[in-house]
Amino acid sequence: MSDNPSAPTPGITQQERDELRRQGILLTSIQELYTWGSSHSVWPLNFGLACCAIEMIAASMAKFDIARFGSEVFRPSPRQADLLIVSGTVTKKMAPQVVRLWDQMPEPKYCIAMGACAISGGPFKQGYNVLKGIDRYIPVDIYIPGCPPRPEALLHGLVQLQEKIRGFKLTGPDAPRHLRADLPCDYPVPEFGAHDLEPPANPDVWKAPVLVRNEKA
Amino acid sequence: MSANDFSPLAPQAGSHVREVHDPLHGELLEVSMGPHHPSTHGVFRMIVTLDGERVMKLKPVFGYLHRNHEKIAENTTYLGSMPYTDRLDYLCSMTNNWAYAIAVEKLSGQPVPERAEYVRVILAEITRLLNHTCLAGFLMQDCGCSGTPLMYAFREREKILDLFESLSGSRMMCNYQRFGGCRVDPSADWLDGARKLTDNYGRFLDEFETLLTGNEIIMARTQGVGALSPELAINAGVTGPMLRATGVNYDLRKVDAYGVYSRFDFRVPLGAHGDVYDRYMIRVLEMRESIKILQQALATIPAGPIMDPKAKLRGFRPKAGEAYGRIEGPKGEIGFYLVSDGSPNPYRYRVRPPSFVNLTVLEDMCLGQTIADAVIILGSVDIVLGEVDR
Repeated sequence: MSDNPSAPTPGITQQERDELRRQGILLTSIQELYTWGSSHSVWPLNFGLACCAIEMIAASMAKFDIARFGSEVFRPSPRQADLLIVSGTVTKKMAPQVVRLWDQMPEPKYCIAMGACAISGGPFKQGYNVLKGIDRYIPVDIYIPGCPPRPEALLHGLVQLQEKIRGFKLTGPDAPRHLRADLPCDYPVPEFGAHDLEPPANPDVWKAPVLVRNEKA
Repeated sequence: MSANDFSPLAPQAGSHVREVHDPLHGELLEVSMGPHHPSTHGVFRMIVTLDGERVMKLKPVFGYLHRNHEKIAENTTYLGSMPYTDRLDYLCSMTNNWAYAIAVEKLSGQPVPERAEYVRVILAEITRLLNHTCLAGFLMQDCGCSGTPLMYAFREREKILDLFESLSGSRMMCNYQRFGGCRVDPSADWLDGARKLTDNYGRFLDEFETLLTGNEIIMARTQGVGALSPELAINAGVTGPMLRATGVNYDLRKVDAYGVYSRFDFRVPLGAHGDVYDRYMIRVLEMRESIKILQQALATIPAGPIMDPKAKLRGFRPKAGEAYGRIEGPKGEIGFYLVSDGSPNPYRYRVRPPSFVNLTVLEDMCLGQTIADAVIILGSVDIVLGEVDR
């Protein structure tokens, strides 16, 4: 468990811990054990949207073999999944279903926005029916650029997510969403309005970028 | 009327549909399959009305991946639409590129050098291998052979994608064809790689067929399921392997003989029953024919320029007029209809997507079948939602 980036137990240095481990004594904490375990068994939802889904399948096949990272168990039901890989263009017709799937997944859950379309609308951003990024409705942990990203990029994103999980604190103000009562854990499903989805974005999750203008110009 | 009235080989379109609440015969069950369903090959939804396990009614719902392809293409230049055609049918970007290039070349009267025609044929046939291999894998996944055939298929796919990547720089979205030729000249090394792939592909197909073709479970599962009659297929405008599985001899490579296809010796495999097994077999046999075309094309590819030196890419403005370019894609006839008003953007841009047209007969094939069979019937149609919804 020396791959844990977080600081070791107080009162004992990392070198001493490594020395103890060589002697067959494992010194750990509940937090380390918990995050280490959950980071290596992230089960993705078997959910493909568009082109990127093919590369997601390719990542689970023999050449790239996502099983090396403990994520080969693609679950068809959101109730059994930990990770939502938004793999492709989210249209406005599809966005309510994606948010509903996210709501149906039990905590702790993570979201990877795979590809340019899921991040911002990508090449189809100017389309009238395309959502300009899934992070308007659900919190995204990892963004993977590319159109489509290579399977290696997806694996890199997964490793980044694992590092993020291993850095979680179980208590205190830095604890993740599912361990804190003061953070929202339900995400309203948007509805079809007269012209656009209602609401056009979830204000708890997404803040519109602030444009800073150069005063001199 | 009982469920036994339905012969699986002769489903009667529309004639046996009864009310959802029929006190005499019990309740029918409406099931919404999709848009999130592992077997719908993307975000496609079927509203299926079931009597027990039998499908009585099937209503497809499209549009979950409608990303305004045609509208965007009308607001961008002719060349600017080329990368978007990659994302139509994202398994076969090379053939989409080619169909679009043919349409624009017809519109502007642009000739194509001979070497480019050969390269296009080579890439289109490699794409056919890629698409049919993946389709066979996905179809077997739908049948319940979880994993193994798909893993074999994707192993071969990676070899093909390595070729595509070394040629065009991208695995899936190749963006390779241009009006009047191709973007990069394939090197001698690349052609050797393609020869090696072609020579080894037959051995892979032998291995794949040993697993699948004579497999008793697969035969019991797919033979006589989802039969499509040649009359209905012609009336509905079905093309590609779906049409040829019903026994209709129609292949644009022979009918139009576009490009340099008239120089190659190959046969068009035809089915007899039009069921799921025939559709699988047609694809396997087409791959064998594609290997033959590839061997001939790679042996006789001439030297010369890859782009017409007079071809104009930037500031391209075809004269006013209209053109329809079509080729035999792996899924059927993929065509692009363009209307030009002399400006840099097309006035109207329309895609004729094979998988969308082939999908229109889904209900006729599924009526009277079990719900589990509807899954493999959909799998055998070979749809890609990027192309269906555009």
